[in-house]
Amino acid sequence: MKANKLWKKVAGMGLVLMLSATALAGCGGGSKTEGGAQGTPAAAGAGTLAKIKERDKLVVGVKYDLNLFGLKDPATGNVEGFDIDIVKAIAKKVLGDENKIELKEVTSKTRIPMLKNGEIDAIIATMTITEDRKKEVDFSDVYFLAGQSFLVKKDSSINGLKDMQKGMKIVTAKGSTSAKNIRASAPDVEVLEFENYAEAFTALKAGQGDALTTDNALLYGMAKQDPNYRVTEETFTEEPYGIAISKGDAEFVKTVNDLLKEMKENGEYDKIYEKWIGTKPKK
Amino acid sequence: MDFIGAYTPSHLTFLLEGFWVTLQVAFLSIVFSFSIAIVVGVLRYAKIPGVSQVLGTIVELIRNLPLLLIIFFTYFALPEVGIKMDKFWAAVLALVIFEAAMLSEIVRSGLNSVEKGQIEAARSSGLSYVQTLWHVVLPQALRRMVPPIVSQFISLLKDTSLAVVIALPELMNHAQIINGRNVNYVIPTFLMVAVMYFVVNYALSVVSKRLENKHA
Amino acid sequence: MIDFSILFDHMDMYLEGFWNTLQASLLALVGSFALGTLFAIFRISPIRPLKWIATVYVEFVRNIPLILVVFLFFVGLPAIGIVLEPFIAGTLGLTVYTAAFIAETIRAGILAIPKGQTEAARSSGLTYGQTMRYIILPQAIKVVIPPMGNQFINLVKNSSVLGVIAGLDLMYFGDLIAADTFVTFDVYIFVAVFYLILTLPLSAFVSYLERRLAGSR
Repeated sequence: MKANKLWKKVAGMGLVLMLSATALAGCGGGSKTEGGAQGTPAAAGAGTLAKIKERDKLVVGVKYDLNLFGLKDPATGNVEGFDIDIVKAIAKKVLGDENKIELKEVTSKTRIPMLKNGEIDAIIATMTITEDRKKEVDFSDVYFLAGQSFLVKKDSSINGLKDMQKGMKIVTAKGSTSAKNIRASAPDVEVLEFENYAEAFTALKAGQGDALTTDNALLYGMAKQDPNYRVTEETFTEEPYGIAISKGDAEFVKTVNDLLKEMKENGEYDKIYEKWIGTKPKK
Repeated sequence: MDFIGAYTPSHLTFLLEGFWVTLQVAFLSIVFSFSIAIVVGVLRYAKIPGVSQVLGTIVELIRNLPLLLIIFFTYFALPEVGIKMDKFWAAVLALVIFEAAMLSEIVRSGLNSVEKGQIEAARSSGLSYVQTLWHVVLPQALRRMVPPIVSQFISLLKDTSLAVVIALPELMNHAQIINGRNVNYVIPTFLMVAVMYFVVNYALSVVSKRLENKHA
Repeated sequence: MIDFSILFDHMDMYLEGFWNTLQASLLALVGSFALGTLFAIFRISPIRPLKWIATVYVEFVRNIPLILVVFLFFVGLPAIGIVLEPFIAGTLGLTVYTAAFIAETIRAGILAIPKGQTEAARSSGLTYGQTMRYIILPQAIKVVIPPMGNQFINLVKNSSVLGVIAGLDLMYFGDLIAADTFVTFDVYIFVAVFYLILTLPLSAFVSYLERRLAGSR
């Protein structure tokens, strides 16, 4: 009987505490809205290297749904691809062991919030360097140069931007540069945006679009997955991929840039490139 | 349609892994939202000047918004004002906010259904207002609330699937990954997913009916 | 503070989304009311197979997530050769899902009408269908109006899943604006306001009806 009463008391107090914590969190959030937008991101971003060394693990946001760059195999649970090999190279350089990594799934839409959250140390997820994004994050040097083209059914009449016609439906992912580019280059087509490329490809396969547009690098992976689809040869943009790092962390950016240079010089980069893309990188 | 290709052991384990995450999210959300709902429901029932009105307005606003919007909000918008959490907790928080509002309304109307005469009797027999609430009103009200609360729990379990939009690796997310491999897996996979949700939810509703009959 | 330029600069997108959300909700309401009534009648009908079909439908659909139903229409149907526009696939999914709940609401309404009325109507020579149509349903509808109002509020809220399949609704456009501008916080607040414009008056109306119904008893 006594125990019962005590339990009730504790439970009651716990609830009140929880509720007030929620209320407080709400207030704190509200007051930050006013000045916080421009805040001091530099302070928040610095020291990623120290953080990585302290936990003895590199946490990176990568894609899980992109053949050749970052793809999770449901059978083995492993994530593999070009981006993952870059992650491993960084881990090897910073921590001396390429296996001291933790991968987290990101999408085009979730990656910037996750980096700002501090959930991940860096984004290596086929992310194009743009002026808009530079306001939000810092980028390394270009680690992969891609260009936007189309993924279409084998027998499709679409061979490039010139074949875009009014009434065509082009699918892509929300928050991607590809969506902005296609709207600007082919204003007549209808652009449908999905949560990520896997959903967009599922929609394309389901006949919900005439073509899927994004960087050819990603499209090759999808075409490899499903031989009923092909990638149009011509590209209509240049998409330089960069590794995104918290704003203001010059130290970590330099480490990554030094490593990229090193890898290009000692041939390791070419090896990874050929392993996944099948050809040597263009010089 | 390719049932054999869709139901390989590795695909089925993959789906079950997703379902395990779904169940974890649902369980945590149920515990937190139900606790908060009781407090909010009682505070609103008690008609404390100011508090009851403010809580009432908040509950009313949340109840009238789509859960999907709240998920987007906790995951994408809260970090902008400095409140940061990972996908899992963003999903749990969104569900707790939404379901607590829905459940608190059930709690409040459950409390209201207890006859006023009983409260007067309890008070005149010397119990304080809080004692009356805790020992007389709440136990009776809770019993009456069982069916609507369980059906809200069922909704909650189903609603966890909306976390697919933030790529939380739950059941629906895993199903979509399998679907991405081959169009012919889509219908068999969705069928399996439907069965998984159905089994748990149907079991919940049977338990609810049992409880109802026991107390009636 | 809240940045209103994010609202005014993209007003056309918000409004298009708002309009499509309203359309999807209304279409799904009409559709699910028709389908729901049909299944409610099936479920209480004396014809066994109809009863079974309706029971399986209602119990199954009520216990699976809405987004699963919508995905089935969006990517499942094409697997068997039927391709629907995202908006239509989404609205159909909403209709099929909501119909299960409406069927239950209406069945409860019908069961609330005293059995004696059915017996009286039948013994005065009306067929089962006629009894339903002229005696039971008109009365049942009155009882189910407030819960139907709640279902409509749910529909408006649930229609946000169209945003996931590029259904051009309010959630979809809001999400696009958020992804393009990075000002997610403010954008979602505006999206919330647009939803509340639809749902708050509805829910005030429903509670008015509920009070009136309670008072008239």
